[in-house]
Amino acid sequence: MKYQSQKVAYWFFALSMLLLALQLIYGFIMGFAHMGYDVLHDFIPFNTARAVHTNLLVVWLLSGFMGAAYYIIPEEAQHELVSVKLAYIQLITLALVGVVAIVGFHFNYWEGRKFLEIPRPLDYLVVVNVLTFLGIIIATLYKGKQRTTTSLVLTMGLLFAALLYLPGMIWFDNQTMDSFFRWWVVHLWVEGVWELIMGGILAFLLIKITGVDREVIEKWLYVIVGLTFISGILGTGHHYYYIGAGKVWLIVGGVFSALEPLAFLAMALFTVSMYRKGEKKHPNKMALNWTLGTAIVSFVGAGLLGLAHTLPSVNMYTHGTLVTAMHGHLAFWGAYAMIVFAIIVYAMPNMTGRKFYDSNRGQLAFWLSNIGMVGMTVAFGVAGVAQVYMERIMGLEFGVVQDEIKVHFLILVLCATMFTVGIALFMYEFIKYGRPTDEALEIEQ
Amino acid sequence: MLSKSQARTFFLGGTVVSFGVFLWLTWTTIAKEVPKNTHSENLTEEVIRGKVLWEENNCMGCHTIMGEGAYYAPELTKVVERRGEGYIKAALMTTEPWSPRGRKMVAYGFSNAEADDLVVFFEWVGKVDLNGFPAKTEYETKKASNK
Ligand code: HEM
Ligand code: HEM
Ligand SMILES: [Fe+2]
Repeated sequence: MKYQSQKVAYWFFALSMLLLALQLIYGFIMGFAHMGYDVLHDFIPFNTARAVHTNLLVVWLLSGFMGAAYYIIPEEAQHELVSVKLAYIQLITLALVGVVAIVGFHFNYWEGRKFLEIPRPLDYLVVVNVLTFLGIIIATLYKGKQRTTTSLVLTMGLLFAALLYLPGMIWFDNQTMDSFFRWWVVHLWVEGVWELIMGGILAFLLIKITGVDREVIEKWLYVIVGLTFISGILGTGHHYYYIGAGKVWLIVGGVFSALEPLAFLAMALFTVSMYRKGEKKHPNKMALNWTLGTAIVSFVGAGLLGLAHTLPSVNMYTHGTLVTAMHGHLAFWGAYAMIVFAIIVYAMPNMTGRKFYDSNRGQLAFWLSNIGMVGMTVAFGVAGVAQVYMERIMGLEFGVVQDEIKVHFLILVLCATMFTVGIALFMYEFIKYGRPTDEALEIEQ
Repeated sequence: MLSKSQARTFFLGGTVVSFGVFLWLTWTTIAKEVPKNTHSENLTEEVIRGKVLWEENNCMGCHTIMGEGAYYAPELTKVVERRGEGYIKAALMTTEPWSPRGRKMVAYGFSNAEADDLVVFFEWVGKVDLNGFPAKTEYETKKASNK
């Protein structure tokens, strides 16, 4: 760590870990409900569990991205954050808004719009919070000694993510219009601007870990984010096939969304080749694992499993089935959860001064969580394909089919248990590092 | 070899062009396609009240509509066609716990008027032109050819 203010990142990472733990509990509630054990129904009905599960996911990822930015921007700009106090206020208000939203979901206080369940009044608080965050980041960049491509791409991703939250706040009478603009948030986030955030963090990690020349890494970063936007913006059309938005999207969405995996493929090839090329071998092995891991798993989960159901002829049958949940899990895990883990594992030794670069526990956390998640993906996938054949092709009733595929949720819960053990080990390591300290400052000559 | 500034031009140029085309397509969609495909002239007050109830209770947290939502309970786009009004209203108005095949639905106990609004909302949704979604199943196709 080179700047004192980078320590703020620690608390954002800690908040992330806490919310992730809660997210998993609600995941289990839903897994059991699908198996026929909806025992908490009277207190936590399925729709509550689901809203909590997905919103916690989004909030812990955002908290992780913010922590990443607070760590990366001072180092890239060579300037302390302009206000550490404001950053702490922003952290606490983020946590408060998150908690109020989650509690509200248990009392029917929500907007039933998938992924955007946070009610309108709280949306405004989210906006203020994110503006504060962006203010700190942009002011630091402005005052800093240099503005690197890495820091600009990261900041651009965060800024666009904030702007794209707004179309999700407009009220429409028409369900089709509502859905149309809901995708401006959900799709343009995960298949657009969040990839800039991921790319920015990835570039920073590669520069630090492999020691490859910044100019080379940043050149490819531009190519990757270029591919992302060229395919991903018009690729939004893959959500417009069957919601009443017209026929043109069958072609536009089909063609451009089929190109989206290219950006993830480029990210994977880029990461692996920079790793090969790098002469400096950084001692932080675990950070390298998670960095290579995120590049590869995101290509499989988002790129390949996304491609699997993105053509209109396939999506006609898989749209709104468990096949979607299969892809959703591995994509979010590979691209966004793992990049947050990577920056945490890289930053912790630097912030705390404890150099636990490679431990058995850390290795086990990596492998158990990844194998567990792949197992969950397979379970969702088998259930989803069976559902598609029985319900959408043969025409059996929904309930009959769900009874047939119950067993796959047993497998899901077993794999989720393995996954959770991996996450628990990761959190144990996180706690073992202890608090960040100024003694960890590396003063440059 | 590609230089960094060429790479930047590729990114900026690609983004501007893609976003421009996207905005143009968005415009034609909301100006022409959506009113036509959704029969927006039929968006009565009842339909809108039904949509508000649909949102306030997060029905999408268990069901899908137009294929969007959760996977715990049935797809409802064509529910009026499939089940009829009586069945739907009974499910919405009951105050007794109801759990077909062990799947528990919240017993909302809606009033008759609220249940009517939701049914009208479903009727409106059922008539939207969804490019053929949900696809006809083998069972329906056979039934049709036996007639
Ligand atoms: C990291 C990037 C990605 C993440 C986190 C992600 C996540 C998700 C999630 C959560 C959904 C469910 C959304 C909903 O129904 O509300 C979804 C749907 C979908 N995704 Fe992705 N995705 C990613 C990338 C991709 C890519 C690159 C493709 C295509 C090549 C793709 C294709 C699709 C399709 C076609 C659907 C619609 C499924 C349906 O009709 O039910 N995704 N994605
Ligand atoms: C203990 C582990 C987990 C279990 C048992 C679990 C289980 C589930 C279940 C049963 C659903 C609901 C599907 C439905 O609507 O019927 C769901 C939704 C979802 N979960 Fe998880 N989950 C777990 C962990 C995660 C993690 C780690 C992530 C992200 C990295 C995640 C992301 C999602 C997303 C994005 C959805 C919405 C998917 C969609 O609508 O297509 N889950 N989860
Ligand atoms: Fe998408």
